[in-house]
Order: sequence, then C-alpha cells, then structure tokens
Amino acid sequence: MPELTKENLVNTVLALALLAAPLIAIALEESFYVTLASRVAILALAGVGLNLALGTGGMVSFGHAAFFGLGGYVAGIAGLHAFEGSAFLAWPLEIGGSESLLVIWGVALAVTALVALAIGAISLRTSGVYFIMITLAFAQMIYYFAISLPTYGGEDGLSLYLRSQLPAVDTDDPLTFFLVCYVLLLGAIFLVHRLVDSRFGAALQCARMNPQRLATLGIAPFPVKLTAFTLSAMITGLAGTLFAELNGFVSPAMLSWHLSGEIIIFVILGGVGRLFGPVAGAALFILLESFIGGLTDRWQLVLGLILLSVVLFARGGVVGLLAGKARHD
Amino acid sequence: MTSNGSEALLELKGLHKAFGALKATDGVDLTVRPGEIHALIGPNGAGKSTLISQIAGGLAPDGGSITLLGEEVTSWPVARRARLGLGRTFQVSSLATEFSVLRNVMLAVQARTSGARGFWAPVRRDQALRSAALGVLDRVRLTRRADDPVSALSHGERRLLEVAMALALRPKLLLLDEPMAGLGPEGTKELTGFLASLKHEAGILLVEHDMDAVFALADRISVLVYGRIIATGTVDEIRASAEVREAYLGDHLHEKAGGA
Repeated sequence: MPELTKENLVNTVLALALLAAPLIAIALEESFYVTLASRVAILALAGVGLNLALGTGGMVSFGHAAFFGLGGYVAGIAGLHAFEGSAFLAWPLEIGGSESLLVIWGVALAVTALVALAIGAISLRTSGVYFIMITLAFAQMIYYFAISLPTYGGEDGLSLYLRSQLPAVDTDDPLTFFLVCYVLLLGAIFLVHRLVDSRFGAALQCARMNPQRLATLGIAPFPVKLTAFTLSAMITGLAGTLFAELNGFVSPAMLSWHLSGEIIIFVILGGVGRLFGPVAGAALFILLESFIGGLTDRWQLVLGLILLSVVLFARGGVVGLLAGKARHD
Repeated sequence: MTSNGSEALLELKGLHKAFGALKATDGVDLTVRPGEIHALIGPNGAGKSTLISQIAGGLAPDGGSITLLGEEVTSWPVARRARLGLGRTFQVSSLATEFSVLRNVMLAVQARTSGARGFWAPVRRDQALRSAALGVLDRVRLTRRADDPVSALSHGERRLLEVAMALALRPKLLLLDEPMAGLGPEGTKELTGFLASLKHEAGILLVEHDMDAVFALADRISVLVYGRIIATGTVDEIRASAEVREAYLGDHLHEKAGGA
C-alpha cells in the first residue's frame, strides 16, 4: 500500500486532474482540449523517461529528442509503408510497414534501446558538461540524418495518413486515444517508481550522489548508468510514437535540440527526480503555451521567468512547492 | 582456510607512479599478511594517499604489480577489487549523502549479496538487508543513528559509518585511510580498541598520523618518505631505527622523550 504522504496526495491530484481535463472538455463540447490533454500526457511521458536518467541517475542528457524523434519516425515510416503497401526492406528479408500500434511500439522500443545503448556507451565515459555536449552532438547527428533522408520527407517531414490501430480499441476517437496515452503514462510512472525503489534504484541513486562510493562497494557505476539511460530512452521513444500518431505528422523538429531542451524544462519545472514532476511540468508548459501563447507570441518570456524562479527559489519544482522537500531515507 | 591462507593478503612489488617529474610512488614493495595490522606512516606529501589509490584501483600505477588475495589485480577496476574482498575507508568521508545511515549500510550489504540486480522489490522493506545492516551498525555503535540522514552525523560518526560500510562487505583486507583524523581522544581510543578486535576478521593496512594509535595497533610499520619505503619492521624496530628518526619520527620521539 502506498503511504499517505503529501507527495502521494499531490500525485493523485495531478493524475486525476489530467484524467478529468478531457472529460470536462467533452462535456463542454470543446474537443480541442482533448487533444491538448493528449499532448500533455505524451510530453509528460517523454519527461518521465528523461527524469529517470536526469533526476534519479544524475545524467543530464541534452539529447533525449533523439529518442523521442526516433519513436516518431518508427511510427511514421511504418505507417507510410503500410499505406503504400511498399517494403521498408526488401532484402535479405522483406519487412513491410505496419499500422498496428503494438508492432510500432515494439519496434520503437527496440530501436531506441539499441541507439541509446550505443550513445550511452560512449557518452557515459564522460560526465558533467561533457556529457551534456556529447548527448547533444549525437542527437544533432540523428537530426541531420533525418533531414538528409528524402525517402522519408527530409526537411519537410512525413505525414501519417491513418492513425495506427490497437486491437479492440478505436484509436481514432480522440478521447480513446487520450486514454491510451494516459494508461501508458501511468504505467511508465509505476514502472519507474518500482525501479527507483528497488535494489537497482538504490545503486543508481548512489551512482548519482557518489559514483566513487558505489565502485568501492563493488558495484561498477557504468553498467548501472547505462541500463538506466537505455530504459529512460525507451520510455521517451514510446512517447515519440504517440506524438507522431497524435499529430499525424513527424518531422526533424521532433529530433531537434529545442525539443531536448523542452523535455528538460518539463523535468525541471515539475521537480527533478519527483515521480509526477514531468506531469506537472508538461501540464504547466502546455497551459502556458496555449493560454498565454493565445494572448501574446512572447509567452516564452513568461515561461523563462517561471523557470528562473523555479531554479532560484523552488528547486523541487511544482511538485516540490506543493509537497515539500523530497523524502530521503 | 583457503589455499592462500598463509600467503600475503596484499603484495606490492616494485610499484611506481610519477606525476610529471614528481615520483609519488618510487619502487614500493609491501605486504600485508593475514591477521596483521600493517601501518603505513610518513610525513605529509610522502605519497600515502597515492599508494592507497593504486591499491584500491582508482589510480593506475606506471609500473610494478599489485597482488590481492593471490590474484594479480594491477589492471582491475575498483569495483572488481572490492568484490574480491577489499574494503576501504576514505580520508575525506565518501558517503551516499542523501541516504539515511541505515540505507548507506544496506547498500553495502546489497553490493555484497546481489550487486545492482533486483529491479522490482522495494529495497526499503527488504528485511534481510535491513537486519544485516543493523547488525553491522550495532558493531560500530551507530544503531541509534540508523534513521538519521548522513548530513546530520558528526565528523566522527561519519568515520564510523565508513568503517561500517567497509565491514558490511565482509572484506579480507581493509584499507583504512586516516580513520582517526578528527575523532578526538575519546573516539580515537574507542576506534583503536575496535580495530584491534577486527584483525582476525580481516588484515588491515592502516594509514594514520596518530602515533599512539599506530604504536598500539600495528604489528608492523612501514615508513614512506618521498614515495619510497625507507623501513619496515615491528614497532620496536621502527622506534629504534636511526634512519626513521632522521627522516620522520625525530621530532615526534624527541617530543615524547622530552615530555617523559
């Protein structure tokens, strides 16, 4: 049983508020807000992924857009080939497209895991500002690779003409699609929660606080961090598939460093290392973008001020502000 | 006993390490035998910490070999040496600062039993880890501090927690880097008694500035000056050595003699 702490209460309220938002929107016949709630859930999921690396493991990845975009491109490319009836790969074995979300998720998880293993294996030999720069560099490489791929839209991106399907679930219905995103979000948060509290999580947290200490105890920090980095990338990649399906569009923008930065902002706004931090952060970000962005194009000025005050005065982010300091025991 | 029970726990042969022109470790030979407390003393800047780092694996020597429990470990990383049976404490406390005292020791017990494996069960409610960790905390008398954050510990308590974490690994050899530093007379006396009781559990290589503690504990003493071991012997031999007096102990012994 979860204990009744202030943070659990805040988390429950956040989870219920996100679920209530599209329901209220439908009751008010403002279906646009259903899509907005889906965006929040998807971006929060991307943030949950990054938070595992950044918050728990202390790995400040400035390249998580790479995984987000790769997930998106998996959905886009699978959809394109399914729509055209063409083959992604004709030899040595024929691989066509797919419009099954389960297949797309499986492929996206595998692709992001492989790429993250490669990026992580190199990047994690550095730390601090070098780690930030090297993850950024890898993401930029993938970004330019996508731009140079005319088959898949190059700079212009790629449209998904049909939304991919799940068995017995009508993903074309906006509310149903939101619920799919929402369930995945809560599922990922639950997995991360178990992971952080497990023996592995204890080692990972020690790798953040004091890698020398961890090694002295006989646990090499590198494989622990690489495992966490890879799991983190997979969660963000999963979010990328949903984002492409939601928008019916994927472009190199999903791979850009702006997006890497935005995912970091979700984590910092919501509270670094806090379980529901990315939910609060993504929600606040999207609310600012939609409502203040509706009033003025300079909404990012407001975002900047808020980010500044969080970094200066409320290190625990929104969740920290509401629930107090994180419990360390 | 294991097959290497009578062999040295630790054997350094011709160890060299230079930083530019500075020879921090200059042809060091040293052994720690089972059941022995071997003290390493020397003036500041003699290269004691550099030597400890090479034994623990944080620093690679330029030449020579390190044999630990019969294994040649010269190129092994830190974690692998720890798993073989090397426990250490740091000169400046090195702890998981956001964890409680108990969770620091639980992490050490976990490292010995399962490493980083275990991705699902909540570690806080792991009774096996808890009771093993509490057992170790009891040995260094930190039980009443178990649930406090590390940040609330006094300097001396942190030193004890470091010793507890090293012990939780059930090491065959302990490297203790100035464990008495900043403990005060009472704490030093207490820790001296505790370390004496440990030596049948693990051999100890003790770097220490407190000469009373060194003379009380050490079976053998090696004196390191400018990266070289100028003498190794029993307490009496070291006290009697003219070379050691000259190089290092001089002031200290004169002081003692003057006081007596």
